Parts: sequence; C-alpha cells; structure tokens
Amino acid sequence: MKLILISLIVLGLTGLVAAVLLYLIAQKFRVEEDPRIDRVQEVLPGANCGGCGFAGCRALAEACVKADTLDGLLCPVGGAPTMEKVGAILGLAAAAADPKVAVVRCNGTCEARPRTSEYDGVKSCRIQHNLYVGETACPFGCLGCGDCVAACQFGALGMDPKTGLPVVDDEKCTACGKCVKACPRGIIELRKKGPKNRRVYVDCVNKDKGAIARKACMNACIGCGKCQKECGFDAITVENNVAYIDSEKCRLCRKCESACPTGAIHAINFPPRKPAEPAQTENKPAEAVQTKEAQA
Amino acid sequence: MNTFRIGGVHPHDNKQYSAHQPITECPLPEKAIIPLVQHIGAPSQPVVEKGQKVKVGELLAKAGGFVGANIHSPYSGTITKIDTTIDAWGMKMPAIFMDVEGDEWLPEIDRTPDVIRECRLEPKEIIDKVTAAGIVGLGGACFPTQVKLMPPPGKKAEVLIVNGVECEPYLTCDHQLMLEHGEELMIGIQILMRALGIEHAIIGIEKNKPDAIARMKELAQKSLGVEVKPLKLKYPQGGEKQLIDACIGRQVPSGALPIEVGAVVDNVATIYAVYEAVQKNKPLISRVMTVTGASVARPGNYSVRFGTPLTQVVDLAGGVPEDTGKIIGGGPMMGRAMNNIDMPTNKRVSGLLFLRESESRRVEPENCIRCAKCVTACPMGLEPYLLSKQAQMQMWDEMEQHDVMDCIDCGCCLFTCPSHRPLLDYIRMGKATVGGIIRARQAAQKK
Repeated sequence: MKLILISLIVLGLTGLVAAVLLYLIAQKFRVEEDPRIDRVQEVLPGANCGGCGFAGCRALAEACVKADTLDGLLCPVGGAPTMEKVGAILGLAAAAADPKVAVVRCNGTCEARPRTSEYDGVKSCRIQHNLYVGETACPFGCLGCGDCVAACQFGALGMDPKTGLPVVDDEKCTACGKCVKACPRGIIELRKKGPKNRRVYVDCVNKDKGAIARKACMNACIGCGKCQKECGFDAITVENNVAYIDSEKCRLCRKCESACPTGAIHAINFPPRKPAEPAQTENKPAEAVQTKEAQA
Repeated sequence: MNTFRIGGVHPHDNKQYSAHQPITECPLPEKAIIPLVQHIGAPSQPVVEKGQKVKVGELLAKAGGFVGANIHSPYSGTITKIDTTIDAWGMKMPAIFMDVEGDEWLPEIDRTPDVIRECRLEPKEIIDKVTAAGIVGLGGACFPTQVKLMPPPGKKAEVLIVNGVECEPYLTCDHQLMLEHGEELMIGIQILMRALGIEHAIIGIEKNKPDAIARMKELAQKSLGVEVKPLKLKYPQGGEKQLIDACIGRQVPSGALPIEVGAVVDNVATIYAVYEAVQKNKPLISRVMTVTGASVARPGNYSVRFGTPLTQVVDLAGGVPEDTGKIIGGGPMMGRAMNNIDMPTNKRVSGLLFLRESESRRVEPENCIRCAKCVTACPMGLEPYLLSKQAQMQMWDEMEQHDVMDCIDCGCCLFTCPSHRPLLDYIRMGKATVGGIIRARQAAQKK
C-alpha cells in the first residue's frame, strides 16, 4: 500500500513539474500566427496540387493573408467561388478570373496518323520523347503513353482506346496544370473554359511545313492561314506553320472551323452536338451546317 | 592479363558473322545528303552555296565552335540545296544535299596506296592539320579529336592509349582495320605521340582478336615506345575510363577528363584518319562500318563515304533480311533501334545490326528483387536500381547527388537484371534531364 502511495506521489509531482515547465516554455517560445491562415485554409479544397504555384494549400493561404490584394492569387481547383470566400474572410475583393480547362491539342488519331514504327520500351512519354520521333512520323504529336493521365490527381484525364489520345473531363478538370508540365511535347494547354464550356481551338501543334505535316497526319494544321483570313476578331495567328486561336479574343463564331481544309480546328460543346464527349467531337460538315442554321 | 576493376558483364561477342571480311568499298550514290551534325558540339556552318560545284575533299562546312568539326565533301558534284533531313530516329537535322557527278578529287590529296612513313611536322602543325581535316573520335562519341590534343594549361599528357578493344558485340570494323592497315596505324600513333610530346603509347586489344594482337605486336617491335596490351574479355572495356584503368591502372575521378590522369585515348579508326589527314592530306570523308546480323546475306565491313544512304550499304550486304525485328545503329549494347534507314551515313554510324524478330523482343519487366546485380555490374560504381527509381519519381536533385552524370550508358545494368527491368531507359531520361538542369544553372551563374 505504501509503495503504491509513494509511486503515485512521485509520478504526480513529476507530472506537475513537467506541466509547469512545458507551460512556461510554450509561453516563452510561442509562435505568433495569424488565425486567419487557418480559416483561409479551411475554405481551400485541400488538394495540395500546387496548381496555384505554391507548395500546397497552406502556402497559398499564408500568401493570401500576407497579400494586400488577391490579384494574381488564384486557386485553380476551387476557382472564383473559393476565392470569393477567401476574400470574404480577409475583407479583400477577389480577383475576377475566368475558369480554365486543360485542352489536348492533338487530333492524331490512329486512323489519321499511320504508324511508322513500334515502340518497345518503357511506357512513358518522357522516355519515348527523349529517344525518337515516336511511333508515328509526327515529331510534335501525342505519344500516347499517358504521362498526363498519370499526373492528373483529379481523375480528369483518361486515354481513349479508340483514338489513342487523352480525353479531358470538363467537369473534373480543375486546371491545376500538372498535365501541362507532364507532357514532354507541350501539347496540353490551359484555355478559357468559355460560356457553357464552348471552346474553339486548333487541334494541332505541328510546326512542320504543310506538306510534311499532312504526310505524317491527316488531321494536321498545315498553316495555310485560311482561318486567319476568315476571323473577324483578329484572334488567330499563324506562326511556324501552325495556327493558334487566342481564347481571350475569340468570340466563338466558328467561321474558322468551317474554313479549315484539314479539320484541324475544333469547336466543342456547341448545340446541337451532344456534350457527352468533349474534346473528341468529330468535325462533321453536315452537323456544322445544321448548327449554323440553328444559330441563324 | 589486365582488365578494369569495377563491374562489367560478358555478353556473347557474336563477331563470327563479319569477322575477317575484307573492307569493301561502297559504290558512290547518285544523290547524297551530308548532315551538318556529325559530332558532339555545335552544328557546323555551311560555307558552300546552292548550285556550287565541289570536288572530293573540299570544305563544305566550318566548325561551329571550339568543340566542333569541319565537314568536307566526300563526293564531287553540285550542291542542290541546304535544308533539313530526317535522321535515323525521325528527328530533323540540317544537311547539305548534293548531286554526285563523277569522282574528281582535290589535287593535293594523295590517293596512292603507298605508306608514307616520314613525318617531320611540328606538333602545332599536326594539330592544325587534324583540326582542318575535321577528325572526330570514331569510337562512337564523336568528340572532336583536336580538343583532346590540346590539354588545358597545367595538365600534361603522359601516355597515349590506343583503343583497339572493340568490346561491343557484333562489330568488327576496328578489328579489320587493324589487320589491313596496321602499318598506317603505327605511323598514326607516332604522329599523335609527336603532337602530344610524349614517348609512350599503349594499344589495348581484347584477347578475342588474337590475330590483331599478333599483327600489332609484330609491328610494335619496330616502333619505338609502342606497347601492345592484350586485355581480358569484358564489356565495356572500350569505354574511355575503363580502358585507362585496364591499361595503366589509373582511375579517372568523377566528372573529370582522361587528361586528369595523364592519358589521351583515341580509337584505332581515329588514328587511321589522323594518318590519312597528316600524311596524305585526306580529310575525314569516309569510315569503315560493319553490317551484320544472324540473317544478313553478306555481313561484312564496308568503307562508306559519309552521305551515302544507309539503304545502299544495306543493299550491298544483301538487303534487309525478312525476319528482321529491329535494326540497330551501332552495336547491341550501346546502339539504338532506328526507324528510318533512308538516312545518310555519317561519322557516328559504326555499324548496322539486324536483329531477328525473336532476338529483338524485350521481356516483360517484373519487380526489383534487390539482388544488386546491377550495382555489381556497373563499371562506374553507380547504383542503377536507385537511379532508375529516382528518375521514375522525378527526383532530379537526388539523382545528381548520386552521380548520374557519371553514367556512360553502357547498358550493363539492363543486361544483367534478372527481372528485366528497364533500368537504363529511366537512367538515360534522368541523365538528360539532370544534364539540362546543370547546364541551365551554369548559364545562370555566368550571367
């Protein structure tokens, strides 16, 4: 009995002394932290994807709290609603930002791009890109090993077995930009999501001269410049034998789409096409005519 | 018998197909494409114009920098255009296009078969001649030779090591060159020793070439300061750093050049080119390459002028065999599968290997069992299993710390792996990325 009592007292006293010491040390070395950081972090999605350019959600929260304005600070995953919440906590106006989405700018499907060799090595675009031109003759196009799919944390990318190209799911894509960095050929671009997810873009990045590009891939942009002439808003530039549509200037009139002789320009999510398979809609002239009539 | 200390593997040498086949001259093509990138370093700058008539040996392009090489015309004819062509891997490269007309040589080039022994040139004059002739290391790396002959201040060459190892399986062009042009090689060695101001040279030859060892030994007796060293059979003995270790027992430190331990290494084909440049005024316009494989109709060693389409060389060897699975540029260990044999030959192509479908398939990789066979096999003392994993995880800083830049791409790790893991694929990708990071850092520091 005595033994138990002594041990209880000794342990109790030791605990008490330790508690007092810990309290004093904690007071002395306390880290002053803005409580708003925690609150901001709570409204952020917590994906830690790094799409904002910071190391993770906490780092973005710290940056937001320190900043005087929210300009240039954007969580691509949460988008404008999240930034509004952050602005509400901090009493700042959230910067207006257009929601973006990843766009795969290659339409070198299996039918359009004849195979010239068979790649036998590791299934990695990065390695294949370092080694040679790839399984087809196009040195700019998609290699189809799925580095982008592996990089996506949100399950927004998947390979289409039919075309051999990656497909972006508009709903899931948060425009964090991981796939853009993962693609060794720089095919993927973050573009303005557009009203009702409607986008017009050039589905090719081949910088070769028209004849060479066309030989490698039937769907290649040949840099003819027809779309540039057709565009009434100066949105299209042709550089290095490839056209590019500036999503800021584009008014989605789709004149360029019908002008393109190789079908390299894609307009997606326009009625009456079904929006089920974004980024993969075929360029069917009959449908294009229909939509024109519908608009008129 | 000597060999290098760390690592190495023993692939079957398969040299029986093309060994002892006399060097055959490849006929001239009608149209030739001469690539402007045939070496390590900056692309050469063309000095000719469209429509200009040139003779054999005339300068086509000047070296693009200190580490660069001149390119001379291997043919006489008219320049049709200067444009880009596609290399063996489908990538674009700048090139000069020519229509070949006749075979008219520059008058100063000595085309007689006589062996000219006398060389009374000063070292500076020899180096100038080597530079002018556009000679690069013909062992595979294509490093401009004159750079090796000019050691940086404070460094002194002590010994010239002649690389007659040809450790790469299947290839026999260097072997045949030693048998047919031994005398010229000896003179070439003396010229290089004179240029470097040294009195000692060692010829390293693996013991699977006993006739070459005997021939070189016989010639070396008459040649002052030249010693022949038969070496044990082990891949990659032809690697510069491995050969130095095997011949003189010195190890080149990580990241350093052979001159650090007083050695200059040159391949026999390079030395033959030096002989021709210095004694016969003939620039580097052709090389000997091996066309081989189990199913090839006429495997052999062919002397090919640069710019000849590979298809023409292949036709000479009996065409592409029907059961071909892969065509490798170079040997099976270091070479890379090609997807375009329309490309022109250049200083880099030492061989063309036709692997049968059954030989060419890769085995499905399995999990790493941590047996460390790759660590034992790595001749540079690296840890391939770790580096490949780091490359897979994109841990570039860690790769740099683990000396990925020392990797010589020899493929021993991949060859020895019992799980058939694609170790080299990942390491090579990592090495390219880390190399880019280092160059970017150095460029930033300079600014």
